[in-house]
Amino acid sequence: MTKGQVSLRGKDILGLEGMTVAEMELILQSAKEMKNIIDRDIKKVPTLRGKSIVNLFFEPSTRTRTSFELAGKYLGADVVNVTTSASSVVKGESLRDTLLTVEAMGVDIIVMRHEAEGAAEFAASAVKPVIVNAGDGAHEHPTQGLLDMFTIQEKKGEISGLKVAIIGDILHSRVARSNIWALLKLGAEVRIAGPRTLLPRDIEQYGVKVYDHVEKALCGADVVNVLRIQRERQQKGLFPTPREYARIFGINKERLALANADALVLHPGPMNRGLEIAPGVAYSEQSAIQEQVKNGLAVRMAILFLVLMGGNDIETSA
Amino acid sequence: MKLVLKGGRIIDPSQQLDEIGDVLVEDGRIVAVVNVEKKADKTTTVIDASGLVVAPGLVDMHVHLREPGLEAKEDIASGTRAAAAGGYTTVCPMPNTNPIIDNAILVAGMKEKAREEGVVNIQIIGALSKGQQGKELAEIGDMLANGAVALSDDGHYVESAYILKTGLEYAGTFGGLIISHAEEESLAGDGFMHEGAVSAMLGLRGRPAVAEDIAVARDCLLAEYTGGAIHIAHVSSAGAVECIRQAKQRGVKVTAEVTPHHLTLTDKAVIGFNTATKVNPPLRSEEHVEALLAGLKDGTLDAIATDHAPHAFEEKDMEFRYAPSGFAGLETALGAILTGLYHTKKLTLSEVIDKMATTPARILGLEAGTLKMGAPADIVLIDTEQEWTVDSKNFYTRGKCTPYEGKKLRGKAVATIVGGRIVMQGGEVKE
Repeated sequence: MTKGQVSLRGKDILGLEGMTVAEMELILQSAKEMKNIIDRDIKKVPTLRGKSIVNLFFEPSTRTRTSFELAGKYLGADVVNVTTSASSVVKGESLRDTLLTVEAMGVDIIVMRHEAEGAAEFAASAVKPVIVNAGDGAHEHPTQGLLDMFTIQEKKGEISGLKVAIIGDILHSRVARSNIWALLKLGAEVRIAGPRTLLPRDIEQYGVKVYDHVEKALCGADVVNVLRIQRERQQKGLFPTPREYARIFGINKERLALANADALVLHPGPMNRGLEIAPGVAYSEQSAIQEQVKNGLAVRMAILFLVLMGGNDIETSA
Repeated sequence: MKLVLKGGRIIDPSQQLDEIGDVLVEDGRIVAVVNVEKKADKTTTVIDASGLVVAPGLVDMHVHLREPGLEAKEDIASGTRAAAAGGYTTVCPMPNTNPIIDNAILVAGMKEKAREEGVVNIQIIGALSKGQQGKELAEIGDMLANGAVALSDDGHYVESAYILKTGLEYAGTFGGLIISHAEEESLAGDGFMHEGAVSAMLGLRGRPAVAEDIAVARDCLLAEYTGGAIHIAHVSSAGAVECIRQAKQRGVKVTAEVTPHHLTLTDKAVIGFNTATKVNPPLRSEEHVEALLAGLKDGTLDAIATDHAPHAFEEKDMEFRYAPSGFAGLETALGAILTGLYHTKKLTLSEVIDKMATTPARILGLEAGTLKMGAPADIVLIDTEQEWTVDSKNFYTRGKCTPYEGKKLRGKAVATIVGGRIVMQGGEVKE
């Protein structure tokens, strides 16, 4: 792919199911350059000076919101955080009216997190500013998916042909969905495993390999993506106890040993240490969990840059 | 007053009629069909029906007119105008209003208001249980004596098997029919769409088909055990179709309806999170739609009903999970069925009229769904070839929300006659 053929200028970033490989590659390429900026002593570049970004978060979030906030600020944009814990239903103002209010203030990008699936699509159809989905319910979390792809590429090179095991609560996980679409498009073998209560019905129709036993999914895996058990999203009784979950489905040293010796461990955070992932795994040499956070910043910088400026030529403006 | 419909293709499944001819109406009743010998005189209104289908006015045994109490969504005046626009001459509102229609005074009041403000006939369905709470039976005998045509807790599954059993027994005393919204609550209650590949993709919590299968199976077994008559509303799952088919073979008094949307749309319509595709039971996957078509064709599913469920704009203008379920159906039903089932040769015109007029009237024991001499002159004229694009801005219903928005349909009601009065012509409701 050559630069310039693909542009994301003005495009909403809603999910990876609807994103082309060329678009993903453009973002990943641009993120490499952005990562250099993060390592500089003086991080701020004037690329997005005069642009404004609103982080509109309807769900509590620390890492994603901070990551987007710094991404915008490093690129010189003005960034405002609007965090509202109550949904539109509770607080009485509709999502449309909230969005129209933000739009009226002349913002260029709305980064939105919302507890309802499809909220990003709704926003994109409701207002003109570019919508970047920072997670909509259990639907998609495209920037997390892309930062995972970036991390895998960085550590493993080519994604095509890799065996990637995604372990745990797939049903409630927007991270899992975004990862699945990206990995399938980029040519990886995608395996999922967990209790059947946490695996979406009919997901195998999309070309995902479904395993009951975590051990089998781990055998020969190149990447192990451990998902957070989202206690706040759990319907009751999908697994009996955290104790049983950790014993049967948790990723510990012994289970990880079934994967390739150099298998990469990912986790979107925040971790429930001792539940879905053992501390010994989280802090092992194989873990890229901290690197994921840094890469997340780079990927978000790339996205904010590309949707506003379109091109790929960061250095001239830096 | 006399009215002649000249030279149309007269289709009346109640007398196995499919012929070109005239229909003569006098004083609100049909006096001659096909071979009309009486000459028109100066007082006769003549409508040229050549090239059109002349059929019994459509009968919708499942609508929500939202009155009393929920008039921001719909009321009798707007809902019956939508019905007239869609070719319906009789509609049967469900009792889940505010207050719930669960006693004889309310039934009588609704009938009175319908006479004053409705432009088509309204037949009232009363609640099965008091307040539709599913705890104790409503005054079923009194409501039936005051003109209710069936009983239903529609909107809710009758969770207590005991209440449904006693309801079937008690209503059976009066020959009353119970209509069941069959979705097992503990499985379906929290879900937003059909559980399957599409819900897996969208991350929306599912309402599994088995929730409906279980509910329909239980309802059929209770009807069989009690000998009571049950009608299953809006059947949408393959398993439910099979349950009903088997129950009918055993002689159980079960009838069933299916909606145009369940027959013509799949859960793929939900992709994009358009709240106009949110409905209970949910739009299901292809294999279920095929089973519904087979069930309709072999008579397992007796009737087509819209489940017209209008909501105000602001209620549907929401995140998918927060939007209420249901959408307007009266003004798209005939077009959707003709486009999806008749023009694709899955149903004949006679079958369409049978499912949308004659059979629902028969299930409810109404003097409707027929062009027999002496019957009320409730008639629809249909242009099966007219192509039109669905635009909810033109709807008469207040619920300007439809999964068919922007779709091109082929076939439309072009005139609706109720009791000999022309209430709609050329898409314009006259009253």
